[in-house]
Amino acid sequence: MSAPTEAGAAPAVVIEVRDLVNRFGTQTVHDNLDLDVHQGEILGVVGGSGSGKSVLLRSIIGLLRPTAGSVRVFGENLLALPAEQRSQIERRFGVLFQSGALFSSLTVAENVALPLIEHGGLDREAATHMAGVKLALAGLPRDAADKPPSALSGGMIKRAALARALALDPEILFLDEPTAGLDPISAAAFDQLLLTLRNALGLTVFLVTHDLDTLYTVCDRVAVISQKKVLVAGSLEVVAATDDAWVQAYFHGPRGRAAEHAAQRLAERT
Amino acid sequence: MTATAPQFAELDLATTPACLRIRGDWTLPHYAALEQALLGLRGRVDAQTSIDLDGVHRLDTAGAALLVDLLGADRLRDLAHEAASWPPARRALLDTVASALREYRRQPRPKPPPAWSQLLEQVGVTVANLYDQTLQLLGFIGLTLETLARCLWHPRRWRMTSLVAHVEQIGLDAVPIVVLLSFLVGAVVAFLGATVLADFGASIYTVDLVAISFLREFGVLLTAILLAGRTASAFTAQIGSMKSREEIDAIRTLGLDPMELLVLPRVLALLISLPLLSFLAMLAGIVGGAMVCIFALDITPAMFLSMLHTDTEVRHFLVGMSKAPVFAFLIAVIGCLEGFRVSGSAQSVGAHTTSSVVQSIFVVILVDAVAALFFMELGW
Repeated sequence: MSAPTEAGAAPAVVIEVRDLVNRFGTQTVHDNLDLDVHQGEILGVVGGSGSGKSVLLRSIIGLLRPTAGSVRVFGENLLALPAEQRSQIERRFGVLFQSGALFSSLTVAENVALPLIEHGGLDREAATHMAGVKLALAGLPRDAADKPPSALSGGMIKRAALARALALDPEILFLDEPTAGLDPISAAAFDQLLLTLRNALGLTVFLVTHDLDTLYTVCDRVAVISQKKVLVAGSLEVVAATDDAWVQAYFHGPRGRAAEHAAQRLAERT
Repeated sequence: MTATAPQFAELDLATTPACLRIRGDWTLPHYAALEQALLGLRGRVDAQTSIDLDGVHRLDTAGAALLVDLLGADRLRDLAHEAASWPPARRALLDTVASALREYRRQPRPKPPPAWSQLLEQVGVTVANLYDQTLQLLGFIGLTLETLARCLWHPRRWRMTSLVAHVEQIGLDAVPIVVLLSFLVGAVVAFLGATVLADFGASIYTVDLVAISFLREFGVLLTAILLAGRTASAFTAQIGSMKSREEIDAIRTLGLDPMELLVLPRVLALLISLPLLSFLAMLAGIVGGAMVCIFALDITPAMFLSMLHTDTEVRHFLVGMSKAPVFAFLIAVIGCLEGFRVSGSAQSVGAHTTSSVVQSIFVVILVDAVAALFFMELGW
């Protein structure tokens, strides 16, 4: 695993969030939040429940219009672009929603083939063929392809949704709690899959998670959202050393220590 | 000597063994062109052919998958391991795609059955479903009656709060729409009657037409159809979403009976509401007819009332009202049963809601037709 952020020259910034303010009624979720995501890195975003992680993700991918501030992806402000150009940029994203969000009226293969037909310009036969490739990459068995999403287990739904997110070979992958609700073995397999794909496809990954094991095994950098801002963003060591009660409880609580040891053992073995 | 589509791939037969030079952008936007290029090469590339990948400009998973199709997963994996001059990211990509596809394609592909067997299966499944559904409905009716009988003797188990809330939702909230609709249909029936009866010089009997049709049929039928659309769907959606979120299971594990908690209050609420609404519908329909008679046919209100009084017997009203509880029970039971039949997904909630509305309207009209025959034979 290579960490491009360690290189001497500063890597290109693909997502730039500046002075972001999100307010729902009287409740302020983000208050002048700044965040950079660099090309080729896996950025883990953590924070307590309700700290606005998913809201940040939705602001970045343009599903939510922020109250104030700017979000630039590939140097463009999505919400200011005309529809056609916006769609062009959105094709360079892949988004994995928390519960998969597979279209329930289509089979798994059709779910993956849909963006290939609509945006990739493939005919149905070629798209189905390519969908098989993506499903294979995501590690799904072959007989899952023709099933409806309701027939899949939680882990398989996550994999199928990942296959759909990867359909157009995106440059940035947004993952919203990809390992939530998975058993530890499936979660570990998903982490490995993510690493392999990132290294092979050169993805930039924006990962919202609660899973400490995922943070320790796959993330190059971690951003902590607390008190309506990004409290600290940097490598795990830097973040874990931050003098903040929440961060200390998070990384040095019993679960945090266990995950750290597990990651160390894993690193020694490989 | 070169082969097809030099833009992407070129088979050089001058060297021994032959050399396949792959070049250009092997990416998704060029998928169709790449497929064409591969078509010309298929069968001409074998294990001896040496492969030169140095000319490849860009490569993504689509391109890598096409290379797997051409060279085979094992060959490509070996290539990815050997080609030391390649950037590591590209070798990793080829290796990942080749390994994943090797594993994937080793699994047998399930074959769909032929069309005729699918058709037969569909017919069979539909018939079996219809049978199951009828059986389930009868079973559910029995279960509801049994629960009702059991709870009747224990006033402490009457869910009064739930019952009153449902009566408000089903009955009170539906008053405006039921009254308005019946009023309008009453006016339409009066116009229709006036037009036809005028030819016989019997316009005055429009009063009888409106009164008898609303007391016997339209009042209760209109209300039942409206509530089938409004209430049966609501029951199915409420119980169905509870089912899909495992709330029904939670009720069971708490040692409670979903029939008693969810079904009985709904059935009883509809049994109370539908007759009352039917009565209002009858009144509204007759008033609608009266308006037409008064304003369009020059029948005075006093005349209308006296006709109503002398010509309309009370048995018409009783026949109409006797059907109301039957309709109410059927609508409530179908709505609740469809809710319990929901499984898992949000799509299932929608499908069963549609099904409950269609079924309850069908059953209401069927029972009404049978009842009309029955009452006619008896001469009531």
